[in-house]
Amino acid sequence: MTTTETPDTLRRILDHSSRADPYPLYAELRRTPVALQEDGSYVISTYRELTGILHDPRLSSDVRNLSRPMAAVEGRATPSFINLDPPEHDRLRRLAMRHFGPPHTPGLVTGLEPDLAAVVGGLIDGFADQERIDVVDDFAYPFPVTVICRLLGVPREDEPRFHVWVNAIIESIDYDPGTDPPEKLDNGVQATKDLREYLGGLLEGRHGRPGDDLLTRLANDDGPDGRMTDEEIISTANLLLIAGHETTVNLIANGVLTLLRHPEVLNRLRGEPDLVVPLVEELLRYEPPVHIIPWRAAYSDITVGDTVIPKGSQIMLMLASGSRDPDRFEDPDRFTPDRRDNQHLGFGSGIHLCFGGPLARLETQIALTELVRRLERPGLVVDPPPYRPSPVLRGPLHLYVEQG
Amino acid sequence: MSSAHTLQRFKRDGRVVIVGASLAGLRAAEALRGEGFTGSLTMIGDELGEPYDRPPLSKQVLTGWVPAGGTTLPRRCDIDAEWLLGVPADGLDLAADQVRLADGRRIPFDRMLIATGVRARPWPVEEEAALDGVFVVRTREDADGLQRAIAAGPSRVLIIGAGFTGSEIASVCRERGLPVTVAELGPAPLVGGLGAMIGEVAADMQRAHGVDLRCGVRVTRLEGDAHGRLRRAHFSDGGTVDAEVAVVALGGIRNTEWLRDSGLAVGVWGVACDAGCRAFDLNGLVTDDIFVAGDVARSPNPVYEYRFISLEHWANAVEQAEIAAHNMVSTQADRWPHLSIPAFWSIQFGVNIKSVGVPTYADEVVVAQGSVSDRRFVAAYGYQGRVTAAVSFNNAKWLDHYRRLIETAAPFPPPCPTPDQPVDAKPVPVDFPGPTLLAQGATVVVTGHDPGGRRVTAVRQGR
Repeated sequence: MTTTETPDTLRRILDHSSRADPYPLYAELRRTPVALQEDGSYVISTYRELTGILHDPRLSSDVRNLSRPMAAVEGRATPSFINLDPPEHDRLRRLAMRHFGPPHTPGLVTGLEPDLAAVVGGLIDGFADQERIDVVDDFAYPFPVTVICRLLGVPREDEPRFHVWVNAIIESIDYDPGTDPPEKLDNGVQATKDLREYLGGLLEGRHGRPGDDLLTRLANDDGPDGRMTDEEIISTANLLLIAGHETTVNLIANGVLTLLRHPEVLNRLRGEPDLVVPLVEELLRYEPPVHIIPWRAAYSDITVGDTVIPKGSQIMLMLASGSRDPDRFEDPDRFTPDRRDNQHLGFGSGIHLCFGGPLARLETQIALTELVRRLERPGLVVDPPPYRPSPVLRGPLHLYVEQG
Repeated sequence: MSSAHTLQRFKRDGRVVIVGASLAGLRAAEALRGEGFTGSLTMIGDELGEPYDRPPLSKQVLTGWVPAGGTTLPRRCDIDAEWLLGVPADGLDLAADQVRLADGRRIPFDRMLIATGVRARPWPVEEEAALDGVFVVRTREDADGLQRAIAAGPSRVLIIGAGFTGSEIASVCRERGLPVTVAELGPAPLVGGLGAMIGEVAADMQRAHGVDLRCGVRVTRLEGDAHGRLRRAHFSDGGTVDAEVAVVALGGIRNTEWLRDSGLAVGVWGVACDAGCRAFDLNGLVTDDIFVAGDVARSPNPVYEYRFISLEHWANAVEQAEIAAHNMVSTQADRWPHLSIPAFWSIQFGVNIKSVGVPTYADEVVVAQGSVSDRRFVAAYGYQGRVTAAVSFNNAKWLDHYRRLIETAAPFPPPCPTPDQPVDAKPVPVDFPGPTLLAQGATVVVTGHDPGGRRVTAVRQGR
């Protein structure tokens, strides 16, 4: 059944005043698993329908398949693999994975563990004796940025430069032509150009030089699929740089917030550090950093449930809503750190399953264990904290914590 | 006494006998304990040693990655069972509720699970099968022996039969740089399980990896030297090949002979049972206390029009074991059916092959996604206009989608274009070889009327 009965629910979700607690709105949305919006887009919000469409080869990640052209967020650059379909997606993702994971580079992520612990330790040393800290600015942000810069081979000291660009890009991801000023989009387009130019400059010096960072390896190493072009390397680096920290910062901050709201779990984690593994999975279900995949396209007519989504339609996937679907998860609004059968949608599902998932997991596991171990009697200063603007990549703007 | 009360008593101090101490038997035992069964549990197995996993035997064990002894199945809980190992079961007395062992012992039970699985089909000529260098691969000992023979660097390995096991072994041998000849009676490798089109892809793959692939030939004789060592093989086309190692990979034989006079519905395809794993007797009546799971079970599936299907798949063994165990300790109203869509995987020549559904239950096949020449694709199978199976080569992440198409009886060919749909995607006849060949290579067998014409004919005595 196609309905248009809830167009305003989505509006309310996107509204910043709902950012602190969008979950009751998601519940409202799930009453219509596939909801046609006034602008012709379709919103999918239930677990079964989400996993179904995420595995459907007719769901395109390439916005060029939208019948209504999307505002040019990417600035017409070569798309990165997150915005491409097979076979191009598969080829580029494979080329990138060659240098990041098994079978060609096994143990890269686990091998980072001592480095990650050292970065986390250093950050905590820096604020251990302060009465009040901002978990976002002092910890959750600098940690993954340092890590992804090292991995990619981007100078850490350039962070202030690309920080501005990344912020502008993130802001433009959920650009709404109906309500947003055009500058928001223009800033995003300009920032994309600037960031690409910057990464291109870094890449220039890497050709023909051996080295261990990803940029250098992508520029020099050949596999069975050949090598990426410079344009493709820049797109990939661009994607990994942004996704490599803009999501983890939210996961860590959401994690600290959730633990502070559940002191019994926080205490359990202190005495039982191995709990962090299922706990982070539960966090990815309960307070995930990515709430919405806003720009997918129907490559051809797709039937979801009883609804036919016509070719060319925009499809929005409400991942965070699916992970709280009571038809799939028992007592979904409860934070259960050792939940079983926890097939959440925190990293998506299907061929676009988060590339950096293993790294994000390890970073968050180390960050939360260490923070809990070292901070004595931490307490929230403001609850709920102020939130960042984006409803797509949702997380606190600041998270003030006092040590008692 | 109420049946619920009887069941409670059975769960507390009943006697369960599981015949077959491999994957299905072990998982059923664990599930029984998990369901709160505290009575006596007896595990009967013809092999000595703990239950072990078989998929690695034709893969990691042969590459030398994992020793044959390193495939012991993990224990998920303490099953507190009495183990009767090294002696096969020899008969079943339904009237007395006893299993008879080969050494004459009789083991009484209240409920019993048959999980005796499949054994390797041996080379039919006994003295040739006994030659040094001739192997089958089913048990840990088999794999260990073959691994050592391969590691010794033979001048050539002959593989007889290009089903999944034969093809996997050919792949491992090529990986180790050994010259390999594969002899297949059918028109191509994997053809019994996946049909002619995929068979051609598999043939190309083998040849591209330097396999001397000979199809449409039968090995007529294995010739030994004066010391009883394999030296040469002779083919039906007059050809010969010199080889020191031969692997007989002609599929399996279901271990049902011990049940021949039991009164159960037993045949070459296994022990017939209902969807809840309860065995049928000769008259087609369902038994209450005899259950079947794993390779030896042959059960109807509503998705495939209630045809009886025998599967040699790892996941099937696990699922049926859990369903059987649950139903053994549940009342009528609480029993579960085993209705899952079959799935299996194989890895050969660097390609990950995965399948959902029953590819042999098909009349047409189409490459739905990807590219056959890149060996990255999904082929969808259809029977009378609906999707019944799918097979992926290096493209497994899409199979959940096809599973849903199968479950919902979606139209075949899958109608809507995808970004990676081949331009010339046209369904072609699936073309399986006849039943004689299938019996040797397929890991799935659909019995009954069509598809493939594997019919049952009633022959009346004396006419």
